[in-house]
Amino acid sequence: MMDAAVAGRDVALVHDEAKRAKTLRRFNLGDRTFKVITQISAVTVLALLAGVMLALLHGSLLTWQTFGLDFLFTEKWNPVTEKFGALAPIYGTLVTSTIAMLIGVPVSLGIAFFLTEISPERLRRPIGIAIELLAGIPSIIYGIWGLFVFAPWFQATVQPFLIDTFANVPLLNQLFAGPPYGIGMLTAGLILAIMVLPFITSITREVFDTVPPVLKEAAYGIGCTRWEVMRRVVIPYTRVGIIGGVMLGLGRALGETMAVTFVIGNAHKIFPSLLAPALPSLRPSPMNSPRLWATSIPRRSLPWVSSSSSSPSSCSRQRGSC
Amino acid sequence: MPSLTAIGRYHGRRWRDHLATALAIGAAGFGLTWLVLILLVLVVKGVGGLSLAVFTEMTPPPGSAGGLLNPIVGSLILTALAVLIGTPLGILAGTYMAEYGRYSKLTMVVRFINDILLSAPSIVVGLFVYEIMVAQMGHFSAWAGAVALGIIVIPVVVRTTEDMLLLVPSTLREASAALGVPQWLVIRHVAYRAARAGMITGVLLAIARITGETAPLLFTALNNQFFSWNLNAPMASLPVVIFQFALSPYEDWQQLAWTGALLITVAVLGLSILARALSSKKVQV
Repeated sequence: MMDAAVAGRDVALVHDEAKRAKTLRRFNLGDRTFKVITQISAVTVLALLAGVMLALLHGSLLTWQTFGLDFLFTEKWNPVTEKFGALAPIYGTLVTSTIAMLIGVPVSLGIAFFLTEISPERLRRPIGIAIELLAGIPSIIYGIWGLFVFAPWFQATVQPFLIDTFANVPLLNQLFAGPPYGIGMLTAGLILAIMVLPFITSITREVFDTVPPVLKEAAYGIGCTRWEVMRRVVIPYTRVGIIGGVMLGLGRALGETMAVTFVIGNAHKIFPSLLAPALPSLRPSPMNSPRLWATSIPRRSLPWVSSSSSSPSSCSRQRGSC
Repeated sequence: MPSLTAIGRYHGRRWRDHLATALAIGAAGFGLTWLVLILLVLVVKGVGGLSLAVFTEMTPPPGSAGGLLNPIVGSLILTALAVLIGTPLGILAGTYMAEYGRYSKLTMVVRFINDILLSAPSIVVGLFVYEIMVAQMGHFSAWAGAVALGIIVIPVVVRTTEDMLLLVPSTLREASAALGVPQWLVIRHVAYRAARAGMITGVLLAIARITGETAPLLFTALNNQFFSWNLNAPMASLPVVIFQFALSPYEDWQQLAWTGALLITVAVLGLSILARALSSKKVQV
């Protein structure tokens, strides 16, 4: 504030041209310096972030040259004969993410429905914050919790139940076959589902709130139930935003490393059973040379994730600047 | 006069509404249950190992007593360095995007890449730093870890700074510009002041995010069994020690892992609640 006050006095007190010109020069210099500094920062940020992406491409070049596209479709991972393929980790990533989305999306939509339409006004804020706190828990915590608490419980109760129930159902007995390890793709998918919940919920909730009350009231006015308003008015109106939230959640699920590493079992092989171990797409183990960068390419191929997920905040931006 | 089928349809609709309501309440209960379960387990398992030794002694070899002093200090150092690297860059870049080049091409490109990096898996950043720093220097170092965390801080800070500055009404800027105040002073004394709570929130959220980061540190700062102030050498950090100790077969190590997990969670949740309290006082984002 000091500078502004001094500057103001300077402007008021200049009588002679020379002093006035000096002040203006100082203003000009400061203005130009600050602009250049911010501009340089913006370019630096751009260079750094673009560097991350270019480095991914550059770092994986050796893999693409050596194995070509076969890398994506080969299961083998043999350091002795130097034959590598990424199919197993890609499979593990896709299956766990699919499970996570199958559970996470309906539950998130349910929570958002609850928070915007059903919950009493007083409970909305605390419950909303509690759900968002799930996003704050570091992924490594999900990992050790999943390994030491969730997996043993899952092994003792749910997995034997699934195996017994579907033992005679064709197809499903393939999915739920084998001994209950506790850890495995199903466990990893469930933990991922809990992890993506807060992201999808907060975006969906935000877009649900953008539905004009007039639309909802009109529907209520002609006798619609809450569910019908949700199904026929709110969801169609906010479809794009919901898809954005789901994509953001999917991005999180595909890119999660630490939590999944703990509970997926890390087997470099493809098993049809969901109860079997698999591999997350990038295992942070010293045994895998970080130079096999290409395994991280599949997860980077979702640039539209963030551009679509930015839509809710860009409407708030417009609201703010108008 | 309502016919019988109309009444039947009405009951059907009402039943469906009740079902949807019950399912939604169930979903909310489902989400809350996990939060409570995770926090409960953390407290139950972590509190047992909480003692003064945790804060005053080094990580022990298996089978002997010890604490978490070196990873705690390491985490603090890494986080502080990362914030020092990431925050000024992020705030200045965000300032350019909101104030000087609001409609420029550069802004659009930075915003696009920034949004991608915001949701990018952190392990990718770890790989990048591994390639440009660790592989070049030939050894793991705390610097590399700090740079990796700093790169994770940048997108968060850029995004919140830009959003918060865009929320400042243009009339405020125009009023002070009309008094003859040059633009950089307008930014520093009017725009920053109006957006301060939101910008601090952004930095706090960034800190909360990097405090729990493990993946980028595995390739960069690695780990250190001993206390070290040397930024050019590997440095211990809480998440990496938790990762290593939790997967070990030794019970005392696992106990330390749970205690560390409790500490980290309390720190991160505390930071995000603080950030939320700060932001709800001022403009709602």
